[in-house]
Amino acid sequence: MTQPLGASSLTTSPQPPALRGPSARRPRRRRPVLVALALLVLGIAFGAAAFGSLIFPDAMTQDILASQLPPGSPGHPLGTDELGRDVLQMSVAGARSALLGPVIVALGSMACGVVLGTLAGYQRGWIDFAVSRWTDLLLALPVLLAAIVVSGVFGGGYWVTVVLLIVLFSPSDIRIVRAGVLEQSARPYIEAAQMLSLSRWRVMFRHILPNVTSLVVTNAMLNVAFALVAFSSLSFLGVGVSPGIADWGRQLTDGRAIMFVNPAAVFMPALLIVVVAVAANLVGDWIGQRLSRVGEDVR
Amino acid sequence: MVAVRVLGVLGVLWVLSMVVFAMMYLAPGDLVKNLLGNRPSTPEAIAAVREQYRLDDSVVEQYLHWLGGVLTGDLGQSIRLQVPVIDAIGDRLPLTAALSALAFLIAVAVAVPLGVRSAVKAGGWLDRIGGALAVLGLSAPTFAVGLVLLYLFAYYVPIFPIYGGGDGGLDTLRHLVLPAVTLALGLGAIIVKLTRTAMLRELESDYVTFARARGLSPRVVNRLALRNAAIPIVTGASLVLTFLVGGTVLAETTFALPGLGTLLQDSVLFKDLPVVQSLTLFVAAVIAVIALLADVAYLLLDPRVRRQMGAAS
Repeated sequence: MTQPLGASSLTTSPQPPALRGPSARRPRRRRPVLVALALLVLGIAFGAAAFGSLIFPDAMTQDILASQLPPGSPGHPLGTDELGRDVLQMSVAGARSALLGPVIVALGSMACGVVLGTLAGYQRGWIDFAVSRWTDLLLALPVLLAAIVVSGVFGGGYWVTVVLLIVLFSPSDIRIVRAGVLEQSARPYIEAAQMLSLSRWRVMFRHILPNVTSLVVTNAMLNVAFALVAFSSLSFLGVGVSPGIADWGRQLTDGRAIMFVNPAAVFMPALLIVVVAVAANLVGDWIGQRLSRVGEDVR
Repeated sequence: MVAVRVLGVLGVLWVLSMVVFAMMYLAPGDLVKNLLGNRPSTPEAIAAVREQYRLDDSVVEQYLHWLGGVLTGDLGQSIRLQVPVIDAIGDRLPLTAALSALAFLIAVAVAVPLGVRSAVKAGGWLDRIGGALAVLGLSAPTFAVGLVLLYLFAYYVPIFPIYGGGDGGLDTLRHLVLPAVTLALGLGAIIVKLTRTAMLRELESDYVTFARARGLSPRVVNRLALRNAAIPIVTGASLVLTFLVGGTVLAETTFALPGLGTLLQDSVLFKDLPVVQSLTLFVAAVIAVIALLADVAYLLLDPRVRRQMGAAS
């Protein structure tokens, strides 16, 4: 879902393989330096997500209601936010909430995609029909709109948003896996496996699945980027992360009020979201190229 | 073939209308209280709401009554604004339409030439810049781009107004520039990618090689290729559209524009169900119609399909 939320949605919203086609078909040589940089960025971001609370244990509770300081103030290199909390500390502490959700979304929709996509692609029949109509329906929905309406009407919250995004992101995974499985099923090695009267499950998950892994992993990586954007978009609109949690999207929303006093309160989390999303995109493309070169050309 | 597509669209909209209607029942909390909003819950008011939504009838009758209203333009009363929903939407529609159209124009005007150039000189510096912009446009949340532009061009260098919709005409246009550029970045990223992919595929095909071998100028060859590449670009419009819907909400919220996006956001946060229901249906209908138009355009663009159609009818 390119998606953007589509991008997202939309951009954030799930994209058909056609969009990602050429970079895989015609591997542009991505400079390893750029990929190394992207990996470094992701490493630091996930490091902050894992250990941020150890470095700054009191990011959320420090000096509440102290003054709002511009960047470069003594003791606060990036200034303070609308409640007088240090922006740098908040940005480090916000990594966990900002990254955990998107990673779970990517893994969750990957799991949905692998199971439903493989079943639909290999078993065909009514399962395929049902799964395909379901993905058609979901792909026609604008991710962000659906997420806003559902979490707005039924009450939002972090985990509701996670589940919602898994459902809305899964069609792209399902389609990609299904297409890959369909393509593999016609190959001689599958016929050979069937001749040996291996069980369906063994054929599906031991023989076909490894050959579509590159597609799945690439898409999961891209989904992390889209989910990050979608998550922060929802927080920005007030239906994602609830107030009182350190989170980049939330920081952005709250920081808008004092944007002209301390621009860093808004632009630091915004920059972090963009940089991590771009890094995830680059690494995703790179993994896709690497794996598709090593393994069989599935696309 | 077109008739089948139209029937399919109507079917999807019908299913969606039931889902949207069910929203009223699925929303947490007491139904009557939700519909009353912040009006005092006197027995008369409750009776009026029960009467208005026919809550004493069966669910099927309620749905049919509601659907009948929707089809005749009676979308109910907004709980938050206390005006008919159709008026609330009508008031805000022009601004959102203008914003989307402007953003779309900017995106197409920049992205299609850029995508074509990127494909023609694949691997060149323009291709790399285009690729980098596309990754950025897809990765950067719309509101983040909007806030950066807002800070730079409305506060730091005050060329454009900070927020609001202006008072009509040229003033509104001035207010729409920044939000439209914000939206256009995301839209453009998708269109560049679509155009580049489609052009690359066409440039590889035999007729292009042949045209080149015949000594046609690169300009003419590129025009030939673009004509054929237009088909996948136009059919990719649904992707652009889904982005546009979400993007408009974000851009309008960022720049505090009184359009449909902010109406939706306010109504969702206020739990103004009639407005949310109507807007959801409205957006779905618009998307369905535009997707349908894209399919028809596809028929018109491809001479092979056109000839088949002519032969069949």
